[in-house]
Amino acid sequence: MALATLTAGRRARRPAWRRRDAQIGYLFVAPQVLGVLALVVVPLATVVWYSLHDWNVLTSTFIFDGAANYQRMLTDGGLHGSLAASGWFSLGLVTLNISLAMVLALLLNQRLRGTTAFRVMFFSPVVVSLVAWTIVWGFLLQADGGINGFLALLGIEGPNWLRNGATAMISVIIVQLFKNVGLNMILFLAALQAVPVQIQEAARLDGANAWRRFWSIVVPLISPTILLVSIITVVGSLEVFAQIDVLTQGGPGHSTTVLVYYLYQQAFQFNEFGYASAVSVLLFVIVLVLTLIQWQTRKRWVFHES
Amino acid sequence: MVHRRTTLAALAAVAVGVGSLTACSSGSGTEPEGSGEQEQTAAGGPVDLRMLVWTADESQLALFDEIGDAYVEANPDTVGNVTFEVVPFADYTTNLTTQLAGGDTPDLAWIFESSAPEFVQSGALLDISGTLAETEGYEYDDLLDSALSLWRDGEKLYAYPFSNSPFAMFVNTDRIAEAGQPNPADLVASDEWTFDAAREISAATAEQLGGAGLVVRDFDYQIWENLATVWGGWEAMPWSDDGQTCTFTAPEMVEAMTWIHGAIFEDGAIPGPGTSADFFAGDVTMTITQISRASAIDDSFGWDLVPLPAGPAGRQNVIGQAGIGVFKNGQNPEVAADFLAFFTNPENAEKLAAYFPPPRESLLTAEVLSQANPLLSEEQLQSVVVDGITGAVTKPAHRNFAQIRSAVRAELDAMWQEGADIESTLADVCSAIEPLLQG
Repeated sequence: MALATLTAGRRARRPAWRRRDAQIGYLFVAPQVLGVLALVVVPLATVVWYSLHDWNVLTSTFIFDGAANYQRMLTDGGLHGSLAASGWFSLGLVTLNISLAMVLALLLNQRLRGTTAFRVMFFSPVVVSLVAWTIVWGFLLQADGGINGFLALLGIEGPNWLRNGATAMISVIIVQLFKNVGLNMILFLAALQAVPVQIQEAARLDGANAWRRFWSIVVPLISPTILLVSIITVVGSLEVFAQIDVLTQGGPGHSTTVLVYYLYQQAFQFNEFGYASAVSVLLFVIVLVLTLIQWQTRKRWVFHES
Repeated sequence: MVHRRTTLAALAAVAVGVGSLTACSSGSGTEPEGSGEQEQTAAGGPVDLRMLVWTADESQLALFDEIGDAYVEANPDTVGNVTFEVVPFADYTTNLTTQLAGGDTPDLAWIFESSAPEFVQSGALLDISGTLAETEGYEYDDLLDSALSLWRDGEKLYAYPFSNSPFAMFVNTDRIAEAGQPNPADLVASDEWTFDAAREISAATAEQLGGAGLVVRDFDYQIWENLATVWGGWEAMPWSDDGQTCTFTAPEMVEAMTWIHGAIFEDGAIPGPGTSADFFAGDVTMTITQISRASAIDDSFGWDLVPLPAGPAGRQNVIGQAGIGVFKNGQNPEVAADFLAFFTNPENAEKLAAYFPPPRESLLTAEVLSQANPLLSEEQLQSVVVDGITGAVTKPAHRNFAQIRSAVRAELDAMWQEGADIESTLADVCSAIEPLLQG
């Protein structure tokens, strides 16, 4: 007994990293940790370092500028416009994407004929090349494109979707919505299928109608998936670039110049790499804060988290 | 279990966010101080040269390779290989600056005329005037002063303008005949070839035959500087010669823009924004573009090439230039400059004239150019190319052009709709670019 206590004491004093099982564990995670360090942490730190400099590759200037780039952000009207554009894009996309994905998942969760075909139809854009998808939509949305051609058959004169300030943003949102809604739909569908039938059956016996069963049984049980989907969609919506570059180049005016497109212009068109680095740090902070807010509020609404 | 799965998923999502952010910024690449350091070749052995180009034309690339191979053969001790790296036209300057930022500086690169002042004044390019002038048989004095002006700073020359391609009007004579409209070549002969005449013909053919009338190629309501080929007829300019003052609000520019707006929204002579129209597909009556595009024409329809029409202020010839510069921070700038002197010497300039009208006075004759351009007659080459380069202006250029281009594009968007207030839009353009012009 005394020997056992002594052995336990020695084991407790031994540093955790020297334990054999811990070392094996570290070996297992080492590739991932090294990858994250090399591909995420180091570049991120480098970007922060660059953001403190006035760096123009053409003139070969790389001068420490302190917080000048961050001060410039406060008065840069173009940046403020792009923040607003990103906000509208994210709000529109996240709302439409999650709502539509949920509706589709609920419909496809029914045991009806043909649901497999519909699942394939909505999921297939997810595996299509983003640029190819966007180029095809660019043709469809032209003034004399397929969508207006279809509307003309119905006697409706369609707008110039991508060149009109009122329709350009919603057009870009719709293109992105149909590209990725299938992925969220599948995630919701998987969650819906994991909801125990017995609980719903019990609720039905207690007299709960379909609406009540959905809000009181289904939504709480799939709330972890709702959290995951909302985090992925918010992060993705803030990083939209290719669609803007292919469809509108930020226009008409600056109406679709979202933050990442603005960042791209500063770095790769205007050669302002230092300022662009500062803008990318801002984007990182925005994504981080939004993700943390979602994460922190989960306890209030996500099942199993309270 | 659900908790753990959700935690992992959320962390993964954040990691994705961070990863793509840094990927977006990773164009910053390697530490800038280390970029472009000259590396002396080991023991003075042969070096490899790399030139960035935006053409993907196989026959042009074959000619470059032929000239490159001849240089290697003549200089086996200094150069082992010359490669021509193709970067797509649309992303060219972005790609070039990304290579510079990443420390992967090419030895030589083609440079757009719009970026010329920015590159010339940046200090990134090597002064090549000495190397060219001192190269035996180069005939430096044969280079046209007017062609070099954009690429010079005082006596120093920072790039060689290898291409001086005039803008001209390609016309689809089949469409014009079918619509019973006057032939532009006849109008040129009778001195009646004006923008108004082109607009009438374009509007009539588009109305009768469908398709499009007049297309300013590559403008597409984005690359507005190509409209210089039209507003030149009004003697309009986007900014003053010294690049300090915006002149978008000058009466000539307002008049020219009103004309363009009317041709789009009143007559339908110019297709509106968001419509696709390609002259070389055969459903466009006429297009303003450079003669180097002649190679895209097949025999599926009758066509002609005529000079740009005259505006109220007469005819303004416009040329599109492209230069070749040597990067100071490249690995072998002196060898690269010597190769440039070989690439553009009189013999090779004559070969390159097949595609790119050279800046050499002795080669700018209809006779020389016709040997290289079988699709065009000597008369066409004389009237369009030789006469077109004389007194020609280049498209707008400024040392702050990238930002100005973006700002003007955004403001002009308000003009590309029916009933737009042209004067107030142009005033907005000036408000947006005045600080950039002076900055």
